[in-house]
Amino acid sequence: MTIEVRNLFKKFGAFAALDGVDLRVADGELLALLGPSGSGKTTLLRIIAGLDWPDSGELLFDDEDALLRNASERHVGFVFQHYALFRHMSVFENVAFGLRVQPRAIRKDETAIRARVKELLDLVQLDWLSNRYPSQLSGGQRQRIALARALAIEPRILLLDEPFGALDAKVRKELRQWLRSLHQEINVTSIFVTHDQEEALEVANRIVVMDKGRIEQIGTPAEVYDSPASAFVHSFIGESIELPVQVGDGGVQLGGERLDIAHDGVRPGASRLFVRRHDMQVGPAGAGALQGEITHVRSLGSAQRAEVVLSHGKTVIEIDAPRDRELRPGEIIGLNPRRYRIFAAPE
Amino acid sequence: MSSRTALAEPRGVRWLLIALTLGFLAVFLLLPLIVVFAQAFEHGLATFLRAFADPDTRASIKLTLLTAAVAVPLNSVFGIAAAWAVAKFEFRGKTFLVTLIDLPFSVSPVISGLVFVLLFGAQGYFGPWLASHNIRLLFAVPGMTLATMFVTFPFVARALIPLMQEQGTQEEEAAISLGASGLQTFFRVTLPNVKWGVLYGVLLCNARAMGEFGAVSVVSGHIRGETNTMPLLVEILYNEYQFVASFAIASLLAMLALVTLIAKTVLERHLDEGKPSHDH
Repeated sequence: MTIEVRNLFKKFGAFAALDGVDLRVADGELLALLGPSGSGKTTLLRIIAGLDWPDSGELLFDDEDALLRNASERHVGFVFQHYALFRHMSVFENVAFGLRVQPRAIRKDETAIRARVKELLDLVQLDWLSNRYPSQLSGGQRQRIALARALAIEPRILLLDEPFGALDAKVRKELRQWLRSLHQEINVTSIFVTHDQEEALEVANRIVVMDKGRIEQIGTPAEVYDSPASAFVHSFIGESIELPVQVGDGGVQLGGERLDIAHDGVRPGASRLFVRRHDMQVGPAGAGALQGEITHVRSLGSAQRAEVVLSHGKTVIEIDAPRDRELRPGEIIGLNPRRYRIFAAPE
Repeated sequence: MSSRTALAEPRGVRWLLIALTLGFLAVFLLLPLIVVFAQAFEHGLATFLRAFADPDTRASIKLTLLTAAVAVPLNSVFGIAAAWAVAKFEFRGKTFLVTLIDLPFSVSPVISGLVFVLLFGAQGYFGPWLASHNIRLLFAVPGMTLATMFVTFPFVARALIPLMQEQGTQEEEAAISLGASGLQTFFRVTLPNVKWGVLYGVLLCNARAMGEFGAVSVVSGHIRGETNTMPLLVEILYNEYQFVASFAIASLLAMLALVTLIAKTVLERHLDEGKPSHDH
C-alpha cells in the first residue's frame, strides 16, 4: 500500500509539531523518520495511524482519503515505544486481541485464531512464552510480542514508534537486523520513527530527516549521508567538522585568511563549512587548504583520530585518518578537505 | 553495629515513638472496639441475639442493606465514568470537575442532608411539585438513598483517577489500532486494568454507605421500622437506655469495619500489581 501525505499541519497549542509536510511512501518500502525530539516525527506517525488528527492537509492510502476513517478502521499495525502490551492478558491473548475484536461476520473461529497466533509467535520466535504475562518478559521480548500483536490483523501498513528506543545497546542491534529480515519476509509498507541515525542508516531503504516540523531531506541512506541537503542534516547525520567561514569576492575565508577551496555556489555572507572527519586529507605542512598542529592522537582500531588546532582562527577539530601514515602530537600538518559542503549560516 | 542507616535514630527515640503510636491506637481504636463487644455481650449470648429478633432491628438492617445496594452500584458507575473522563481525556474545566468530585468529602454530612431538605422538603424548591405528584422523597427510603449517594460519591472516582492516570492511554490506543471499538476497548482493556481499583473504591464506598449517620439522620425523620438505618437505630436505642440492643447493632457495624479493613489490605496488595512497571 502506498501512503501519501500532502501539506500536513498540526499544532499543539502554540507549538507547530508539523509545519507543512509532504511525503510519498512507496508500496513495500521500509522508511525511517529521523530527527531530534520535537521534530514532529512521532506526530506524523500518529496521524498516519489515526491516533492524532491534523489541523489541515491530506492523507491518502492507495489514493483513498484515510482521514475519513478512524484508527480502528485503518488496518494499520502500530508498535509503541513502551510496547503498550495489555498487562492483564497473557502473551497469547495479547496477540489474539486483534482477531477477537473483529466483527462477528468476519471473525475467525477459535481453532483458526489459535493457529494464527501460533504462526505469529513462531515468526517472532517466542512461541515458548505464550502463557506468560508481559511483566514476566524482557524488554526485547515485549517488543517482539508487540510486533506480533500488530501483525495479527494483517495490517496494510506497519508503523513503529522508536521501536528499540527503550532497549539496551546489544538487544537493539540484534533487533535491527531482525526487523530488516522480517520486513523482507512480510514486505508490508513500514515506517519507523527514530532519533538514532545509525539505526536509520542501517535498517531503512529510505530516510526522511525532519527538524522543527518540516522535512529537511528525503533520500537513501547513502544520499542522506554523502550529500546532505542542509546544514542541519549534515550536522545531525554522521560526525562532521563544522567551521564558521565567510564567503565573499575573495573566495572562502576562515578567521580572516583565505582558504584554497571553491565557494560551492553559496551566496556571499556568513556561512558554515562542513567536512566529514574522514574526508580531511592529511598532507605535509604547507600543503592543503588548512594548516594545523596535532595535539593528541588516539587509535580507533582501523583508523586513528587526531585532535588538531587550526592555525586559522585557532579552532580545535577532530579528524579520522587511515593508519598508513603515523601521526604524532606536535606535528604540523596540512589538511585538505576531499569532500565538503558550504551552507549559508542561518539568519 | 548491625543495621545502622542514615536515618537511624537513637534506640530510645525509636522505642518512644513506637510506644506512643501503640498507646494511641490502643486508647482510641482498640479500647472502644473491645467496649462495644463487651457491652453487646454483657448479659450473655441470648440477650445479644434477642436484639436481632426485634422487628425494628430487622427493618433497620434491611434498610441499611437496601440503601447500600442502590447507592454503591450507582456510585460505582458514576465513579468509573468520572475517572475515565478525567484520566483519559483532555478538556476545559477538568481541575474544577476533580474539585467538584471531592465536594462531599469537604462538606459536613449534616449540611449535605440539609441541602436535600431545602430542595425536596415541604417548603423546598421542588417540594410542592413533588407533593402534587404524590412522590415522597424526604423521610422515606428514596431520600435516604439520595443522601447516602451524595456522601459516598467520591470513593470509587477517587480510587480510580490516580490509577488510570498512571496507566495512561497507550493500551487503549493499541486496542483501537488493532480494530477494537470504543466499547470493546473499555470492557476488554480499560476496565480489567482497574478492576482491583474498582473493588477498592466499592469497598470503601460500601463501608461509608452502611455507616453514614449525619446526612441520613437529617432526611430520615426517624420513623421506627421504616426509616431507621442501623447507625440511626443505635443512637435511638442508646438514648432509650437499651444498651445491650444498641451495642449489639453497633457490634455488627464494627464487624463490618473489621471485614472492610481486612479486604482493604488484600486489595491494596493487588493494586500494587496493577501499576505499570517502570523497568523499561
